[in-house]
Amino acid sequence: MEAKKIFDILSGKFGGSIQQLQESTFPPSVVVGSDAIVEVCDFLKKAEGLDFLSLVCLSGVDLKEQGRMTVVYHLGSMKHGHMIAIKVELDRSSPHVRTVEKVWPVANWYEREAYDMFGIVFDGHSDLRRILMPEDWEGHPMRKDYVYPKRYHTWDV
Amino acid sequence: MAVADEKFMQVSMGPQHPSTHGVLRLLVRTDGEVLSSVKPYIGYLHRGLEKIAERVTYPQFTPFTDRLDYLASMNCNLAYAMTVERLLGIEIPRRAQVIRVIMAELNRISSHLIAFGSLSSDMGAFTPFLFGIREREAINDLFEMVCGARLTFNYIRIGGVSQDLPEGFTDRTKEFLDYFPAKIREYNDLLSYNSIFIKRLADIAVIRPEDAFDYGITGPNLRASGIRWDLRRAEPYLVYNELDFDVPVGRGEMGTTGDAWDRYMMRIYEMEQSAKIVGQCLGMLAPGDHTAKVPRVLKPPVGEAYVRAENPRGELGFYLISDGSTKPYRLKIRTPSFANLSIVPKLGKGVMIADLIAIIGSLDIILPEIDR
Repeated sequence: MEAKKIFDILSGKFGGSIQQLQESTFPPSVVVGSDAIVEVCDFLKKAEGLDFLSLVCLSGVDLKEQGRMTVVYHLGSMKHGHMIAIKVELDRSSPHVRTVEKVWPVANWYEREAYDMFGIVFDGHSDLRRILMPEDWEGHPMRKDYVYPKRYHTWDV
Repeated sequence: MAVADEKFMQVSMGPQHPSTHGVLRLLVRTDGEVLSSVKPYIGYLHRGLEKIAERVTYPQFTPFTDRLDYLASMNCNLAYAMTVERLLGIEIPRRAQVIRVIMAELNRISSHLIAFGSLSSDMGAFTPFLFGIREREAINDLFEMVCGARLTFNYIRIGGVSQDLPEGFTDRTKEFLDYFPAKIREYNDLLSYNSIFIKRLADIAVIRPEDAFDYGITGPNLRASGIRWDLRRAEPYLVYNELDFDVPVGRGEMGTTGDAWDRYMMRIYEMEQSAKIVGQCLGMLAPGDHTAKVPRVLKPPVGEAYVRAENPRGELGFYLISDGSTKPYRLKIRTPSFANLSIVPKLGKGVMIADLIAIIGSLDIILPEIDR
């Protein structure tokens, strides 16, 4: 299905929470307000004709210059062969968004990674721990203003 | 080993364990022989590749992609090159496209040979592993001919491939393709239809289609659940739309569709198909350039793209954001094994300890691409 059509369906259903359609990205992206993300995702997964059964990829992005952080959900449908990216823009000083692990269980791990790397907190997550870095690591390495530690325990890094 | 409470015992499997396919730690709670829970701990091989990507130029990152899935480096090179090319808007010469497909499919075969061999050795049969390594050596020799390396190739570059095929490559590849089908029959006689092997895998850890979607399972593991989804067919890239090949799916031949045996057998079927593709591509090789004209300094225009390709283990995707400079602003690497491993806590509940080995082996995970 065309991205424009998906955007129109979403706008009709969720109104002002659907903020913008970006057609220059590949695949096209829809910017969604963070308060409605779980409902939008649930709708995209279940609605007939959309059937976004797969959360293909979930990425955190640090837009330091704009004072924002973005969570990008790449969704795919193997039934229809279409893809779309859903973006949620968060305040960089305290990035919070609700978890979508109830919609796609694989989000459990993806969100842990985004938390680990960017410090984005996924409210309602069942097990929000670091996944790639050691549990006692300080800071979130993928942030643009991350300061590399000089030492970790007894090692020089 | 520790007693978690009166009934359960907590055992750490790994990080150093011969059957975990890398440095993976599984914390299992057992009630006798039966697992009550499995918790994977990953990150032991985390090298911060996504962070490194923000510090090096676009061409400089290609060798790092070799280190994602080192059993299928060509495929990783390919997916990364395709991502950057999409942002740059470069057309790839036809000869380079055909060479890329040859390399990707040969690497798929060599990767599946390891999957076949390591699962068999996990199940206690060591001989098939050596058989797999033997044929893989022949493919490694071919790769050595084209680029000098046998593991981390750095051969598929942005714009094409690093150099043209050497003299004699076509003949040696044909030689390999001539004897390889007989080897697959040998594998089947030795292992696939061995009744002990079937008993170890059939009806074990069935992944139903809805679970496969929920947990982002891709590649042979998804197809074993009966879903005919292959990016080479669904979103054809390079010259795949001109090629004649089948996408095998699991049919529950020995038990239930989507069981461990089906996942194992997908690899055997796919090796046959890949050999068929390589044979066709050799016939399609016409004289031409091996690379497009690529500027010395690469500055993709501002934009973002998520590009994916079918790797031996599933969908490898790169989400690249360019800010117009010589370095990526953000490069997220979506690796197939990461999602494939995330279903293990669900599959591992209530099975025997020995079956957990079969689950890990049949999912064919590889840790460097999970940890990145």
